Amino acid sequence: MRFELTPRATVSPVARTLAPVAAFVTAFLIAGFVIWLMGRSPIAAFDVYVLQPLSDPWSLQELLVKATPLALIAIGLSYCFRANLWNIGAEGQYVMGAVLGGWLALRTHGTDAGFWVLPLMLLLGIVGGALYGLIPAFLKTRFNVNEILTSLMLVYVAQLTLDYLVRGPWRDPQGFNFPQSVTFDPAATLPPIVEAGRVHYGFVFAVIAVLVTAVVLGRTLFGYRLKLTGDAPRAARFAGFSSKVTALSVFAISGGLAGLAGISEVSGQIGQLQPSISPGYGFTAITVAFLGRLHPVGILIAALVVALTFIGGESAQILLKLPLDLTQAFQGILLLCVLAADALVSYRIRLVARGGGK
Amino acid sequence: MTTFEAILLTIVTASTPLLIAALGELVTERSGVLNLGVEGMMAMGAACSFAAAVSFDSTLLGVLAGVLAGAMMAALFALVVLGFAANQVGSGLALTIFGLGLSGLVGAPFVGARRDPIPPIDIPGLSDIPYVGRLFFEQDLFVYVSFALTILIALYLTRTRSGLTLRSIGENHTSANALGLPVLRTRFLAILFGGACAGLAGAYLALVYTRFWSPGMTAGRGWIALALVVFAAWRPGWLLIGAYIFGAATVLQLHAQAAQFGVPSQMLSAVPYLATIIALLLLSLRHGRAIGAPGSLGAPFVPDR
Repeated sequence: MRFELTPRATVSPVARTLAPVAAFVTAFLIAGFVIWLMGRSPIAAFDVYVLQPLSDPWSLQELLVKATPLALIAIGLSYCFRANLWNIGAEGQYVMGAVLGGWLALRTHGTDAGFWVLPLMLLLGIVGGALYGLIPAFLKTRFNVNEILTSLMLVYVAQLTLDYLVRGPWRDPQGFNFPQSVTFDPAATLPPIVEAGRVHYGFVFAVIAVLVTAVVLGRTLFGYRLKLTGDAPRAARFAGFSSKVTALSVFAISGGLAGLAGISEVSGQIGQLQPSISPGYGFTAITVAFLGRLHPVGILIAALVVALTFIGGESAQILLKLPLDLTQAFQGILLLCVLAADALVSYRIRLVARGGGK
Repeated sequence: MTTFEAILLTIVTASTPLLIAALGELVTERSGVLNLGVEGMMAMGAACSFAAAVSFDSTLLGVLAGVLAGAMMAALFALVVLGFAANQVGSGLALTIFGLGLSGLVGAPFVGARRDPIPPIDIPGLSDIPYVGRLFFEQDLFVYVSFALTILIALYLTRTRSGLTLRSIGENHTSANALGLPVLRTRFLAILFGGACAGLAGAYLALVYTRFWSPGMTAGRGWIALALVVFAAWRPGWLLIGAYIFGAATVLQLHAQAAQFGVPSQMLSAVPYLATIIALLLLSLRHGRAIGAPGSLGAPFVPDR
């Protein structure tokens, strides 16, 4: 028995839109099966993972809070993935954005520095992430070093750097030896959109990133250039587009957005620097980018959907004693299903008995 | 045993899992498939082998479970990239995310359990050679297996018909298909072999290296194994050298941490990752581009008809 793939002559837009939905349903069924294998009720799990967070106003706010970094990072990654470049180090760029932006917050701590602190922090966050993202891009364009491996290795380096800083020079002297920095001043805190609400302005940045990206990809030469570089690299070269400039710019964009996500999370949500500032947003954002079909609006929707698995995962841990790792396993299966569904859209797949067909 | 000998011994222990995992990935990549899921397969190998070894109180069953877990993860990857011709980079990443999560589920009940060390096998005569003897001829079975695998894979790829078929499929799957070579079947087996090796490497980590299980214990070793394949220019002999250089770097930074030179421990912990980047950079500086990469590496295969 084997699979036989035949390219489809036309790809229907309906199938293209429905593919991620089908993938999501498949991933859910697989996860339900795993939960059943673990001797728990899949229906109770579905209730805790999906229905309860969606019917509770506090969880709905939390949904936007968790979707913010996912959307920001995934939007940035979509630039890379569209150009067929593999930045898988967004987690590290996120951390470095938080580190550089957080540096200013700690530097101005206790001074009466004014309104300029926060904008400058955000800018430094973008710069930190972008510079860190440019390292693998530079190694690739200048020395032809594989960007997948270097960007990933730099994640570990970034995490160790943050760990060193909050345990060493940046540790709060009055913090009872806990590995964390001082709490940021109000001037260095990203305020909530609504007074006393949970959702901070990072979500607004994410929405702006979606809108800008939609215009850039659909209406500008740069957007066309990315598409051409990804789909037909030879044609892009003949058109005079330098692949090096493309690589450097998409890594700077995605690093910058990941850095913005990092500093927004630290100044709007956590309020201080600590050894761990992300439950793996940088890696989950890869799933989000593909689930959203690398389209800005799709990514925003996908970020909300995947944020649900984070919140559901946390409450399932408390209510059903289901380990948090289940969420990560689900996100992995989801990405596999999304990629397989993409193939179903562009190919007709038949199972044929061995010896048949050909 | 002197301290020096003890350090050399730990280098062998640190290098063996890297070597085994990288050998498997080398065969997979030589067939033209890039599987970035090594870290996930290794994590599953570690968790399943430890769970089985503790449950049945048998190291052998533990090793078998690890190998099987790695191969099953690889089969899932093969279904997606061969059956559905899905993007290999994305699917490999997904496999790593999935494997790290699932290994957490499998291993959770076994946190805190410990296994006894595996007795080394002494090769009489050879182990009496000063320095090298104890180092290479009084080791656990895994170490011998890793050396044997290196030689067998080198011979397989250069001296057997099946090995040449695998390489030609990796170089150009369209031509290989036109010649009637079984592209998908060969790749399926190569992916399974890669998964089994990653699972074995994971089993080694859990049963020999640490002898306990903890979440995320692979700590990027799967990714370093992937880098080693590039570093070795897809040749088994170079892989052996590369794995031992990296094993040595890992062990020396651990000893430096213990010696407390006043350098932050995090900086030393970053050494293996920075060393990987530098090694890849030096390689490119020498050759200008990645040499020895199979021609069809990473490209999905859909036969024309």
